[in-house]
Amino acid sequence: MIDAMRDAMLAWGDTGLVGWTVLKILVIAVPVIIAVAMFVWWERKVIGWMHVRMGPNQIGPWGLLQAFADVFKLLFKEVTRPSAANKTLFYLAPLIALVPSFAAWSLVPFDWGLTLANVNVGLLLLLALTSLGVYGIILAGWSSNSRYAMLGAMRAAAQTVSYEIAMGFTLVCVMILSGSLNLTEIVMAQAGNKGFFDWFGFPLLPMMVIYFVSGVAETNRAPFDMAEGESEIVAGFHVEYSGSAFALFFLAEYANMLLIAFVATVLFAGGWLSPLQGWITADVPWFDWIWKGGWQWTFIKAFGFSFLYLWFRATFPRYRYDQIMRLGWKVFIPICLVWIVVAACLKYFNLVTIGA
Amino acid sequence: MTFELICFWVFASVAALAALTVISVKNPVVAALSLVLTFFSMACVWLLAQAEFLAVALVLVYVGAVMVLFLFVVMMLDVDFSVVREGFVRFLPVGVLVAAVMLTEMLMMIGVRSLKTPVTEDPAVLAGMSNMEWLGQTLFRDFLLPFEIAALILTVGLIAAVTLTLRKRTGTKVQRPGLQVMVKREDRLRVIKMDAVGKGEVGP
Repeated sequence: MIDAMRDAMLAWGDTGLVGWTVLKILVIAVPVIIAVAMFVWWERKVIGWMHVRMGPNQIGPWGLLQAFADVFKLLFKEVTRPSAANKTLFYLAPLIALVPSFAAWSLVPFDWGLTLANVNVGLLLLLALTSLGVYGIILAGWSSNSRYAMLGAMRAAAQTVSYEIAMGFTLVCVMILSGSLNLTEIVMAQAGNKGFFDWFGFPLLPMMVIYFVSGVAETNRAPFDMAEGESEIVAGFHVEYSGSAFALFFLAEYANMLLIAFVATVLFAGGWLSPLQGWITADVPWFDWIWKGGWQWTFIKAFGFSFLYLWFRATFPRYRYDQIMRLGWKVFIPICLVWIVVAACLKYFNLVTIGA
Repeated sequence: MTFELICFWVFASVAALAALTVISVKNPVVAALSLVLTFFSMACVWLLAQAEFLAVALVLVYVGAVMVLFLFVVMMLDVDFSVVREGFVRFLPVGVLVAAVMLTEMLMMIGVRSLKTPVTEDPAVLAGMSNMEWLGQTLFRDFLLPFEIAALILTVGLIAAVTLTLRKRTGTKVQRPGLQVMVKREDRLRVIKMDAVGKGEVGP
């Protein structure tokens, strides 16, 4: 059916191609937005359980519609602007924060061949796009013309740039092992018949931990949410934003969180590959994705990784600023540098099997 | 006019306009942002020329890291730029001269080379590899030694910059996390055994 639809669209020539591409983008972007809404509900629910509370439970069954109620509340609120703010940049900042976080979703492979943009330099492009998001934060902080916002933006910028280095190094390890920057090829390099021992999370376990913790720091989430730090700088860079402008920052932050979870899945946990790969070879309709791999595994693993975000938030106290910097520069980067050598040796002496 | 050509003109003109804004605009933050836009548009132009790695590396290194730090500094500065601009007309002839010499040199370098060496096919395409793969092969196989020397020079520069800015300040209190982690109960707490003397205080 999808093929027939594509052929019908492409028969229109260039306009059809544009229409088809927009349709593909919507097929990814709309579920991301809905997933963000549901993830907010799930976060509040999970943190509620961890705090022995109920969490949202009034709107809809189990409070499921709470997120949508919040969205509508934000949309109907007035967008205020400080009179001394830089008008253009003030309204541009949320958009700049949002666009890269959604653009990066085009690179995520959900299944074999199920990706919007199968780019050769996918991994680098991903890193480049996620690093662009910080501009939204800096501009929001500066253009608000508020001291709290400015301090939050400064913290966010320093933190993001610092942790990007550690994150880049973990990606270098993945590149060394897989020998490719294409995300689909990286997943296929983790295929094999030794189950989940074939995944890069096994030889690169410290790198997986560092990648995810750097991802938490990069998205400015607890325990690294110094950019918001309610107790000292109110709400950081978005203190002057209200209504839908604030909603855009919120959306960008959660889209980035989910993105980090998906990318961690792809890089270290074998993407759509099954943890039982190679152990069972039976053909059972409807159920054989459990051992043969399929998009369901990508989502299950990403759900697991995104749960870690909530777990961290509910359990860890916030880092102090110098401790964040120390962790990034003095702990993570040296470990990464050592593990790059380890990864190179693993590859050189053929201690890991790449691909099936 | 093909789609690529239209894209090229759009990106190139945006890059040129943004570059003009960098030097003409009054607000330093807007100037820095225009520089970001210039970098980004140039990366797009390079993508059109199928230099994927260079384009993404430009965005990653310059837009994603260098310009963030630059913006950081510019935002923190409280410089009255009207003072800086005072000598603009006085130094204009010198500036124009320097720019003209640079332009001629650039044209000579690019022009002479392009005259001498005819435009060849993309070597990556000829070798049947992606741009990325070809670059890797060239850097790490054919030109490994120059590449390593360049890396060494950059590292030396980095260390020099760090040592130049490193200064010992007196009177600062620094935590040593290693010692904090290694601390034992005995270092902090002394349990004293003593007999109960006296009756203690009488409650109200």
